[in-house]
Amino acid sequence: MERRVIFSGWLFPALLLVPQLAVTLVFFFWPAAQAVLQSVRREDAFGLSTVFVGWENFAALFADPDYVGSFAVTGLFSLAVALLALAPGLLFAVMADRVVRGAAVYKTVLLLPYAIAPAIAGVLWMFLFNPSIGVVAAGLRWLGVDWNYLLDGRQAMLLVILAAAWKQISYNFLFFLAGLQSIPPSLLEASAIDGASPRRRFWTIVFPLLAPTSFFLLVVNIVYAFFDTFGVIHNVTQGGPAKATEILVYKVWYDGIVGLDLGGSAAQSVVLMAIVIGLTAIQFRFIERRVHYA
Amino acid sequence: MVTARGRAWVPHAVLTAGLVLVLFPVYIAFVGSTLTARDILDAPMSLVPGPRLIENFARALDVGTVKTSGQPVAAMLLNSLVMALVIAAGKIAISLPSAYAVVFFRFPLRRLCFWMIFVTLMLPVEVRIIPTYKIASDLSLIDTYGGLTLPLVASATATLLFRQFFLTIPDELVEAAKIDGAGPFRFLIDTVIPLSRTNIAALFVILFIYGWNQYLWPLLVTNSPGMTTIVIGLKQMIGSGDTQTEWHIVMATALLAILPPVAVVLLMQRWFVKGLVEAEK
Repeated sequence: MERRVIFSGWLFPALLLVPQLAVTLVFFFWPAAQAVLQSVRREDAFGLSTVFVGWENFAALFADPDYVGSFAVTGLFSLAVALLALAPGLLFAVMADRVVRGAAVYKTVLLLPYAIAPAIAGVLWMFLFNPSIGVVAAGLRWLGVDWNYLLDGRQAMLLVILAAAWKQISYNFLFFLAGLQSIPPSLLEASAIDGASPRRRFWTIVFPLLAPTSFFLLVVNIVYAFFDTFGVIHNVTQGGPAKATEILVYKVWYDGIVGLDLGGSAAQSVVLMAIVIGLTAIQFRFIERRVHYA
Repeated sequence: MVTARGRAWVPHAVLTAGLVLVLFPVYIAFVGSTLTARDILDAPMSLVPGPRLIENFARALDVGTVKTSGQPVAAMLLNSLVMALVIAAGKIAISLPSAYAVVFFRFPLRRLCFWMIFVTLMLPVEVRIIPTYKIASDLSLIDTYGGLTLPLVASATATLLFRQFFLTIPDELVEAAKIDGAGPFRFLIDTVIPLSRTNIAALFVILFIYGWNQYLWPLLVTNSPGMTTIVIGLKQMIGSGDTQTEWHIVMATALLAILPPVAVVLLMQRWFVKGLVEAEK
């Protein structure tokens, strides 16, 4: 889409663009190019010389069982976070769309976790589930569950998934609610007159009409789980125990900043870049289509 | 609108469960912040608030904890506030003009410029972590507010949102401005910015929260205790070490870290909801 009526000249618009482009070039394009460059080179231990090694860093990466393991961990983590954040978001939105009394209170409270940083959500959940002091951990022990996420990898995974998903429910709730409210009431009334039960109305009319929103949210949630949950992992498990919760973003930080493996970390960055580009492309292709049909 | 008669209590029951799910972790943190360290360590702790709310918050604000080398949380709050405000204002200040340039002019390389801004969506800090750190250190931005904020102020989202809005400004307004002899600068100041007020407010809320909740970048770019933001400071208070974690102070700090962004969301809820749903379209 383009405007028909415009102003002439190029100097003024160029000046307007300078700040944004300068920041973009210095802090986005330059480092991204550096990451790509580093990923095909190897630096000696003193940083004195570098040699071109081609795919070697990538080959080493995918030959490393820790990295492949981290891929599996990330896949499980992000799918679980996406589903556990989407399903309650949808449920609460459908219910909030039905109530009249108290609707404002429900909406306001359900929005709150959006404002809470993932890192802080991690701390709150850790406080509940800490094996020695957590109140939920005490309850679990009372029920006979041997709860210690510091030692048990599956419990650790469960805890970071819960903390990460909890924070994201608000976002999904908001979008599902907006989606529900854009469904024309006449459609639902017509089917109600035809005798469709509320359950049937939901599955045959509401749910299909929410499909675009759901798909969009699925991508957003996966991106969130991939990239924005570093704070949860860093606070709650530090990737442990025994790398059970070491997601890709945690590993790229750990190997690069703590382990100082520049080539390997850069190769990991490039892999992550490919993943974001893929996810963003899916998201925008789909949005184009939706705009097209709307 | 069709209303489901009969089982009207079902939505209320489900939503109440939702409220409990949202509020329970925050409530337990609140209870923790009103107890003594001893009360919490003698697990399980009480589920009703104790009497030490004010002492714990005052201690957090003034002294912090031993683990954060006595860095007061008040100073961390200030750092977070500066970071969030500069990021939010900075993103708006650089993306509104660039969207204006892309929408209201035709000039060589216009598409390339737009594309360059758009592509930053695909380059979050996480994928360019070490080189970005290196540039920040080459520009001696480590442990400065500039370092905390500058690398985060480029925003494709804000530019896209403003672009979308600018495309809906009627041609007649532009024609009228031209007939009145207003140039592009006057039109920007007198017409476009006032028309964008709602969008600016909505975007400000979203960007403030985005800035306040940053984690990985502040972790990299700040080392000195004086530059610690509250979200990072909270982590340092817990860290695994030989000294006991002072959970009562940690919980008071967690609540202090949550309060400002929650207040912003509550106070500007209408704009925020509208802005969030539109920004992502």
